[in-house]
Amino acid sequence: MPARSRERLGKWLVSGPPLAYLLVFFAIPTLIMVLASFRTPGEFGGLAPLVDDAGTLDLNVESYARFLAEPVYAEVFLKSVWYALLTTLLCLALAYPLAALIAKSPKKYRDLLLLLVILPFWSNFLIRVYAWMIILGPQAALARGVNGILGWFGHEPVPLLFSSFAVLVCLVYVHLPFMVLPLYANLEKHDQALLDAAQDLGADAWQRFWRITFPLSLPGVYAGAALVFIPALGIFAIPDILGGPEDSLIGNLIKQQFLETRDWPFGSVLSIVLTVAALALAALAALIGRRSAGGGGPERA
Amino acid sequence: MALLEIQGVTRRFGDFTAVDNVSLAIEAGEFFTLLGPSGCGKTTLLRMIAGFDVPDGGRIRLDGEDLVNRAPESRPVRTVFQSYALFPHMTVDGNIAFPLKMARTPSAEIRGKVAAALEDVRLSGFGRRYPHELSGGQRQRVAIARALITHPAVLLLDEPLAALDAKLREDMQVELINLQKEVGITFVYVTHDQTEALALSHRIAVMNRGQVEQLDEPSRIYGFPRTRFVADFIGHCNLLSGPVVANADGIVSVDVAGLGPVRVAARSTMAPGRPGTIALRPEKIRIQAAAPMDTPDNHFRGTVADLLYMGDVTVYRVDTPGGGKVEALLANSASGRAKFFEVGDAVEMSWPVAAGHFIEE
Repeated sequence: MPARSRERLGKWLVSGPPLAYLLVFFAIPTLIMVLASFRTPGEFGGLAPLVDDAGTLDLNVESYARFLAEPVYAEVFLKSVWYALLTTLLCLALAYPLAALIAKSPKKYRDLLLLLVILPFWSNFLIRVYAWMIILGPQAALARGVNGILGWFGHEPVPLLFSSFAVLVCLVYVHLPFMVLPLYANLEKHDQALLDAAQDLGADAWQRFWRITFPLSLPGVYAGAALVFIPALGIFAIPDILGGPEDSLIGNLIKQQFLETRDWPFGSVLSIVLTVAALALAALAALIGRRSAGGGGPERA
Repeated sequence: MALLEIQGVTRRFGDFTAVDNVSLAIEAGEFFTLLGPSGCGKTTLLRMIAGFDVPDGGRIRLDGEDLVNRAPESRPVRTVFQSYALFPHMTVDGNIAFPLKMARTPSAEIRGKVAAALEDVRLSGFGRRYPHELSGGQRQRVAIARALITHPAVLLLDEPLAALDAKLREDMQVELINLQKEVGITFVYVTHDQTEALALSHRIAVMNRGQVEQLDEPSRIYGFPRTRFVADFIGHCNLLSGPVVANADGIVSVDVAGLGPVRVAARSTMAPGRPGTIALRPEKIRIQAAAPMDTPDNHFRGTVADLLYMGDVTVYRVDTPGGGKVEALLANSASGRAKFFEVGDAVEMSWPVAAGHFIEE
């Protein structure tokens, strides 16, 4: 076998299995979902036959029309975007100092500190969410303390659990490591000489951060934002467990359509809208990222 | 009064004394070099002048004012870093404008100053490029323009040419000399490269183990090294050591193992019996095939053991019958052939008493 075709065969042998995996478990299901979104819901859930008794192909856009006609869906959708955005910003605000601290700490402690950041992954996601039920519960010290203080000011007691507060707290908690890790990976590579140079050229601590460290960390910020925003946008378990009736998000709606209402076409429509929105926002972020990094971000050097 | 006064400055890292009670006075407009091997404390001293490190003892004064308690960003001192430390996310213009922005210069003024600075370093038209789009030499010039744009009192340069290749380094040396003359700013230059130090500086402080071994003009450092370390570190040098056997009428005789008595002109009060060293530059030795016609002050026979042909010159390592080794250098230009001698040739070496330099140690 000639060297070149042997090389080509090698490439396919290496990249073939993951490609096949993605094809079977991602691309084909996505196509099925797109197809389902144009079909009619079945009488007892699921899908009506593709070709009806009269022999005509039953494809329509009624589920899309329903999404556009009833503003409640768009509202839930916007609320989900808002929650995801808020989660991303809060994670960024918490993760940046943490990542910077780890990146600045002596080398021998860094691995330990990183381990602590990812330690929550060692226990099950749902268990961690349920733990917040206990922490925020009305009999727990936190709720008592907060309501005690509110009582001092003559305020009515407020429930912490089953509220948007609980949802947001848990969203931030669950996604924080996904923001810390890319930020740390970026900040750890920063060259101290650049900060020395900036200081030498007259920049005080704030200017050094704002003009050197922060712009150079933007690739890490964008990576972390994408890793937090996209999963937060589609989440349903946290609002299900910790939220009140007002805190239903797009993920809950999709789950409801598939498992409870059993309206698969409409569930598919919601899923597609969610996917397209996530892709569009990611593309927008990438565009902003490229522009703000100018022609010469270090990642392009 | 000197512009920059360093008085008894000491810096320790644990048990290690990086800078040991160093005192220097650097004049305004001077091109001053701190020269020494790595670990000699030259960079630590530079960082203390810039403010990135704080001395454990001593004072650093600029124009009579103590700098020790001033933060690096408020010292009228700028540094050119070895890695250039250009900001990768800013254009050349952005980099050069940075110190002006920090000093809150009106933006109308900034544009003119940046353009002028680019012209000074022959980079007009490069303003909108990013550092990674520039060559090493161009980056170097941007770093210098950025450091000079606010007209600091002192410019510190930390091995600024180390990352460049040999040819470019030579060009940049000429540019640095001209630039320093033009701007008239005091340069404090750190290097481990002795030829660079000799070529650039008005004065050189040779440092070793945290201390200044010799502070002098380049020609005196080269011609009259005060210690064995300086003689050995600056250029090539034969260090002929042994007990002093005679000292009279301005001529010292040292009994060198493998050679015998070697005579050198020196004003020394050293009594016979004490150890001394003669530093003898290879190019000061006359090396020929036949015995000299005159009667030279020092005359030894030997055999060429090794030679290094370097194009313009050849370095001959000559073994003497007594087991001594002497390095002699001969320019190839006059010979009309590639080199004068081959390995194994018998040669005659001679030099006058004035060729060597006596070191009392």
